[in-house]
Amino acid sequence: METALRRREFWSGVRDESPILLGVVPFGLIFGALAITSGLSTAAAQAMSSIVFAGSAQFIAAQLLGADASGVVILMVVFVVNLRHLLYSASVAPHVEGLRPGWKLMLAYLLTDEAYVVTITHYNSRGDARARHWYFLGAGLTLWTSWQLSTAVGIFIGAQIPRNWPLGFVLPITFIALVVPALKDGASVAAAVIAGVLGLAAGGLPYKTGIIVAALVGILVGMLVEGRKR
Amino acid sequence: MNPWLTMILAGLLTYGIRLSFILLLGRITVPEWFQHALRFVPGAVLSAIIVPGLFDRAGAMDFSPRNPQLWAGVLAIAVAWRTRNVLLTIAAGMAALLVLQLLLG
Repeated sequence: METALRRREFWSGVRDESPILLGVVPFGLIFGALAITSGLSTAAAQAMSSIVFAGSAQFIAAQLLGADASGVVILMVVFVVNLRHLLYSASVAPHVEGLRPGWKLMLAYLLTDEAYVVTITHYNSRGDARARHWYFLGAGLTLWTSWQLSTAVGIFIGAQIPRNWPLGFVLPITFIALVVPALKDGASVAAAVIAGVLGLAAGGLPYKTGIIVAALVGILVGMLVEGRKR
Repeated sequence: MNPWLTMILAGLLTYGIRLSFILLLGRITVPEWFQHALRFVPGAVLSAIIVPGLFDRAGAMDFSPRNPQLWAGVLAIAVAWRTRNVLLTIAAGMAALLVLQLLLG
């Protein structure tokens, strides 16, 4: 019974994460190709996808490594670009609080944008509370596997990806597919709209710091809208 | 710094950020307003990435109405809103972009 439940949760996670791969795989392909073009070795390009395992940070880090930027600068950039994961960590933390440390260590590694949004939607809606970490694992591993494989293919076919294919655009499109269905009330729509507009206005800030500023103001606006309704 | 060392440190840094609250919760007390705020995290963070992404064409911002990404994005938002279907949204958005690129040049 318990095993059947775990298995069902795991495969639900795999199934719900799968459509997102349509957007993730092209992104992995371009990363693999770009890492090689930037001058990274095949081994380093592939290793980065499992060591760092964070799309946009990998893009910037690979370009900076190729440009011989100082290690400290690269680390600062990676920190800022990945700071949004702090919010994800805070958001899933209450749901994984009761798990054994080993589970927490493993799930934290799998906490990417795409696995996070799918999993938090599941945590907040349906599912048996006892085995929902298996759903997280299923979604996370699906993304991880496809990211490693698409990186490898990108490294291999590299320069053969036509330049005029707007593959960079798959990231915003994928995020639209993830986020729009989750906006179910006025407060969350307000938070998203404000964060989006500010993200554009603050786009000039270095190394995507504008994302954090815009998101925090959006969250604040969401709370204010929600507060007024009570 | 050796590129491999930089990469490993970047990985540890990223992992530390992801692990932070997951590991700390239970040892620290989180105020109630903070827990309320977390509900808005996915929408706010991803929107702040999406909107600039619609205007960003290979590193340069394009605010003209001839920007095909803008209209493909608007269509994708409409499809996502109506159908709540991830696969359909991504497919429609990318197909629209390819067609619009041909039309708008």
